[in-house]
Amino acid sequence: MSALQPLIHAHGLVKRFGSFTAVDGIDFDLQRGEAFGFLGPNGAGKSSTMRMIGCVSPPSAGELSILGLDPLRDGRQIRSRLGVVPQEDTLDVELTVRENLLVYGRYFGLPRDVIRERTARLLDFVELSDRADDQVEPLSGGMKRRLTIARSLINEPDILLLDEPTTGLDPQARHAVWDRLFRLKQRGVTLVLTTHYMDEAEQLCDRLVVMDAGKIVAGGSPRELIERYSTPEVLELRFDPADHQQAAEKLAGVPAQRLEVLADRVLLYVDDGDATLAVVRGYGLEPLTSLVRRSTLEDVFLHLTGRQLGE
Amino acid sequence: MDTVTRAPAAAPGGVVPSGWSLAVRQLRFWLTNYRRTWRGSIYSSVLNPVLFLGAMGLGLGSLVNQHGTGRLGGVSYLAFLAPGLLAAAGMETAVGESTYPVYGSVKWNKTYQAAVASPLSPADIFHGHVLFVTLRLTMNCTVFLAVASAFGAIRSPWMIAALPVAVLTGLAFATPIEAWAVTRKKDSSFAMIFRFGMIPLFLFSGTFFPITQLPAWFQPVAYLTPLWHGVSLCRALNLGTADWGQALIDVAYLAALATAGIVAGNRSYRRRLYV
Repeated sequence: MSALQPLIHAHGLVKRFGSFTAVDGIDFDLQRGEAFGFLGPNGAGKSSTMRMIGCVSPPSAGELSILGLDPLRDGRQIRSRLGVVPQEDTLDVELTVRENLLVYGRYFGLPRDVIRERTARLLDFVELSDRADDQVEPLSGGMKRRLTIARSLINEPDILLLDEPTTGLDPQARHAVWDRLFRLKQRGVTLVLTTHYMDEAEQLCDRLVVMDAGKIVAGGSPRELIERYSTPEVLELRFDPADHQQAAEKLAGVPAQRLEVLADRVLLYVDDGDATLAVVRGYGLEPLTSLVRRSTLEDVFLHLTGRQLGE
Repeated sequence: MDTVTRAPAAAPGGVVPSGWSLAVRQLRFWLTNYRRTWRGSIYSSVLNPVLFLGAMGLGLGSLVNQHGTGRLGGVSYLAFLAPGLLAAAGMETAVGESTYPVYGSVKWNKTYQAAVASPLSPADIFHGHVLFVTLRLTMNCTVFLAVASAFGAIRSPWMIAALPVAVLTGLAFATPIEAWAVTRKKDSSFAMIFRFGMIPLFLFSGTFFPITQLPAWFQPVAYLTPLWHGVSLCRALNLGTADWGQALIDVAYLAALATAGIVAGNRSYRRRLYV
């Protein structure tokens, strides 16, 4: 495979389930060593895309090549070079931590001594060495996730696929997972991840695409996306619910690049939040709370789709 | 598997081989799992024949024998019953191993979803479980034969041939049930299989009495059940009355069911795991 050839190439990729189109003609290319993200709300088609890349879901139409191979014809070959962290844990909870890695290593045809050596290294990496001989069942959600990451690395994959790697974890456990993923990224492991957390995407992804309703609506680095689709600052205002609508109408006169009226807040997209806040006060409006912050991918998503990521 | 498409660049996980060697990887998963429960399973595979051969073969048998066993082929009730129970043990092991373990692998532990992300295909995963069930059938039926022999129920050296017949009887149930169990969204259907499938077959397929004792209209139904073919061949082997023509029909019928189950399972596993 030439160095210029993308590691994953998709063109007009479609996935249909009966009459429902989950992935509606998407294009993307992924280079070696990249951390690439699919950002979007639930139901955007991220997981379906990941399953197609993982060669466990045949594409309905379009082109897809992974490591220069065809997922329909060479699925086995491709899967032998992927690591997969699925959205839902698929650990055997009745086995021990070590046995889970042993079973998985055997799936890849690895000899026992190789599995043993890698198990020690990987459990050390995910900080589970002291639990190696414990059953998986009682482990916390964060530990199970870290074990799943260790398991996905047993075959030293060329590409690591992570489908919503921190969904359902508490903040501390999320940071522990991010820390491991960040280290992998620094070692040059190619990461592909889906997420509906914009902070996850910002922290981990070199480049990402925003998905909505099966389509890619924008793509670029987190910085580029924010620069292209948002303003440097955002002024968030919260009013008394009784006055919310009325205040929002008055704010239409305030100079801002864009105004978003959400159910509970009003967002003003501006270059200088503090200056705008002074203008708002000049209109005789007194918000209950006000916050000036940097634009995030959440704002990009809101601009592109008119909806919030969590919706 | 098509080996022509193998890429020249060796995968870091080693060369990906084909066919049954991949199924063996899945078999090894089941064996790792079984290491935790094998003791309990051995106890029940010994206890079951001891209880049935004791209560039915010896207890009930003492009454039966007093009334003459002409209709049983002139042998003791124990010798009549043991081969029937052997085939039934095959069925019972098969049904147990191919319902909840398969369902649970998709719905509870999701170990099938884990395996399908590796080089294994849905068919490899299926075949790996079929291999494991074959092993469990061989274990349970061997234990049964040993217990039956201790009870003095074995009349012919040909009875050793009843071991593969009982295993095949089990497979005739196991492969179609696995093919079906993997598609289930809820586990409530399994209780139906036990209650309205396995128990009636156990009682009315000639295990405890010749099906000629059944009402004439019902006998053709009994002939169609896979268990009857297993029971009748095992029994013929024990009583030394085996007839090659009938034996061939029995084996072919059971093998056809097992094969149909493999074909169905190749398809249903794929449809379930590749969505």
